[in-house]
Amino acid sequence: MTTTNGSNEAIPTLQLLDPQGNRVTTRGTKGYRDRAATLTTEDLRGMYRDMVLTRRFDDEATSLQRQGELALFAPARGQEAAQVGSAYALRPQDYVFPSYREHGVLHVRGLDPVDRLRFFRGSDHGGWNPTEHNTAVYTIVIGAHTLHAAGYAMGVQRDDTPLDKRDGTAVITYFGDGATSQGDVNEAMVYAAVNNAPVVFFLQNNQWAISEPTTRQTKGPLYKRGEAFGMPSLRVDGNDVLAVYAATQEALERARLGEGPSFIEAFTYRMGAHTTSDDPTRYRTSEQEEQWRRRDPIDRLGALLRAEGGLDDDFEAEIKAAGDELGAKLRTGVRALDGGPAVSSTFDDVYATPHGVVAAERAWYEAYDAGDPPAPQYAIADSAQGGAR
Amino acid sequence: MTTMAERTHTTGGAAEPASGTQTLSLGKAINEGLRAAMRRDDKVMLMGEDIGPLGGVFRVTDGLQAEFGEQRVVDTPLAESGIVGTAIGLAMRGYRPVCEIQFDGFVFPAFNQITTQLSKIHNRTRGAVQMPVVIRIPYGGGIGGVEHHGESPEALFAHTAGLRVVSPSTPQDAYTMIQEAIASPDPVLFFEPKSRYWGKGAVDLDTPLGTDTLNAAQVVRQGTDVTLVAYGPSVVTALKTADALAEEGRSAEVIDLRAISPIDTAAVVASVRKTGRCVVIHEAPVFFGAGAEIAARVTEECFYALEAPVLRVGGFHTPYPVAKHEHEYLPSVDRVLDAVDRAFAH
Repeated sequence: MTTTNGSNEAIPTLQLLDPQGNRVTTRGTKGYRDRAATLTTEDLRGMYRDMVLTRRFDDEATSLQRQGELALFAPARGQEAAQVGSAYALRPQDYVFPSYREHGVLHVRGLDPVDRLRFFRGSDHGGWNPTEHNTAVYTIVIGAHTLHAAGYAMGVQRDDTPLDKRDGTAVITYFGDGATSQGDVNEAMVYAAVNNAPVVFFLQNNQWAISEPTTRQTKGPLYKRGEAFGMPSLRVDGNDVLAVYAATQEALERARLGEGPSFIEAFTYRMGAHTTSDDPTRYRTSEQEEQWRRRDPIDRLGALLRAEGGLDDDFEAEIKAAGDELGAKLRTGVRALDGGPAVSSTFDDVYATPHGVVAAERAWYEAYDAGDPPAPQYAIADSAQGGAR
Repeated sequence: MTTMAERTHTTGGAAEPASGTQTLSLGKAINEGLRAAMRRDDKVMLMGEDIGPLGGVFRVTDGLQAEFGEQRVVDTPLAESGIVGTAIGLAMRGYRPVCEIQFDGFVFPAFNQITTQLSKIHNRTRGAVQMPVVIRIPYGGGIGGVEHHGESPEALFAHTAGLRVVSPSTPQDAYTMIQEAIASPDPVLFFEPKSRYWGKGAVDLDTPLGTDTLNAAQVVRQGTDVTLVAYGPSVVTALKTADALAEEGRSAEVIDLRAISPIDTAAVVASVRKTGRCVVIHEAPVFFGAGAEIAARVTEECFYALEAPVLRVGGFHTPYPVAKHEHEYLPSVDRVLDAVDRAFAH
């Protein structure tokens, strides 16, 4: 099938579920339909639950920001299918390099929801131990982490690979339409391609880089960027969780088989603001927002599940209860973060080995903080020399 | 077809490890240091432009790809941000990448990766992820290079917390310090004084790891009347100046800093308390340069020991000049003598 990007050009886009929640059987998509068909009703119910909880996380975090409990928050609203669908295709050993909006991915990876808000609370530059979840912390400089993903994948290649590479490690990196203009993203694709590195470039084209539409980033369809670097590239309906899952699973499998990197453009929409500091009414129309509300990824999967008997009022109630529990946990947990490390922890982990400048500044600060600032060095020197000079 | 794993560990044709004391050029000493580090730890790998069959434009990696293979000595695409950015990912996977930036002026495409990522990931992850990455940068002028081939950008990195910034001045230190830099769990900017690549000196190839050369300055000449503080290519200039001063009956103490992050303030202060005068020499512009930091620290810590203000000799606040003029820009013996004269005039 095809959709358009607002221009008259038809762009091939993989879709397995239409906006009304009907399964689509287009010619040429059988391989993807087969992959999606491996998802049981229980899997789909899990995806639905995780998408609803991801949106609840968004709503709760936005409320916390409005109450002054978070300095900032970047909602993922509208991108739940792109995030949850792709994360479902990952295995625990796979390594994820996210940007700062991947709340659905982090949720599926099992990261503690309070940890995911430490950054936005202003109490941590990261929030979790990447090695525990094979998930890097946020990278705020747009696109810089895609190179880390390519390098990590080059490391995987150099490891003693298990005999059955299907059980090996693949790498995925998430970035947005704005990031595709960054040099680092393009360099990451060069490095991944020439090294045949096992990494998936997962672009969420949510149409907006803060206030700039995709037309400020590109003249042609973004999925063609991957093609130009010599890797298989595909555009999927990013609000179709089945298509996203199937495409990501295919790309990860390719990586595990030693067939190199892939590029996926998940065509979706940032239904909310860029962050809680943003005001989308200044740069986009409510008509556009309404148009995309009709393509809501959660409604779409919900319609499929209801039609196939996987969703009833009891399950909705169960998810609602889980959401309430999540909300309560966030409200309590975020406020409790203030009992964290002392200000002097600023001097921790600047270096892994002692560094004289940091050590001296820490010693000074701690004495100052204790109300006992040390005498200036020159006074000590003067005293030692009896003021001779 | 060999598997990736087989190729990774291929060290076919390796000669016996070099040992004993040999006379080596500074460039060859780094080469031997890299070789020793790679033999010691198969997670050490080299990345850079033209470092494979060519051996680097200065031949510092000569013969290493032949010994360790293409998986450990990687000719990268011509993209410096990519070199450092992928090195970060490799470090996250447990590797110890040593990146070569071909010339000083080409580090700037990687500036973002170095200052916003490499320097901060250990802190950002509260110590969970270390960044044992070395970035080798041939720097400094004096070889008649074109634009961007003679610059000294070290202060820009010393200003960034999380990075160590060092520069050897002798073949022995080059051999030792490159191995210490590779062994360090912190990222190290390793500035190689390119005009001194061909200078020779004795190198003890059996020097054990565990030296403090990434932190501690070294008094390379004892003296009583003035302290000359230098690092990298300027140490030779300082020593020549000390010779000239000796002919005038003045005794100069010469300190080779080795590192400008951290900076061994104690070593400098101890010397200046003795001599009462301090001149700092580096090729980088003096404006906001390492010399400014040293002057401030010396002034703060031994104000009453000073006979004269701390003076600096270095580059001007201009773009690095054309090759025909670079010898007037670089700190020469004559310009250092002039500064010493001014220090004695107080």
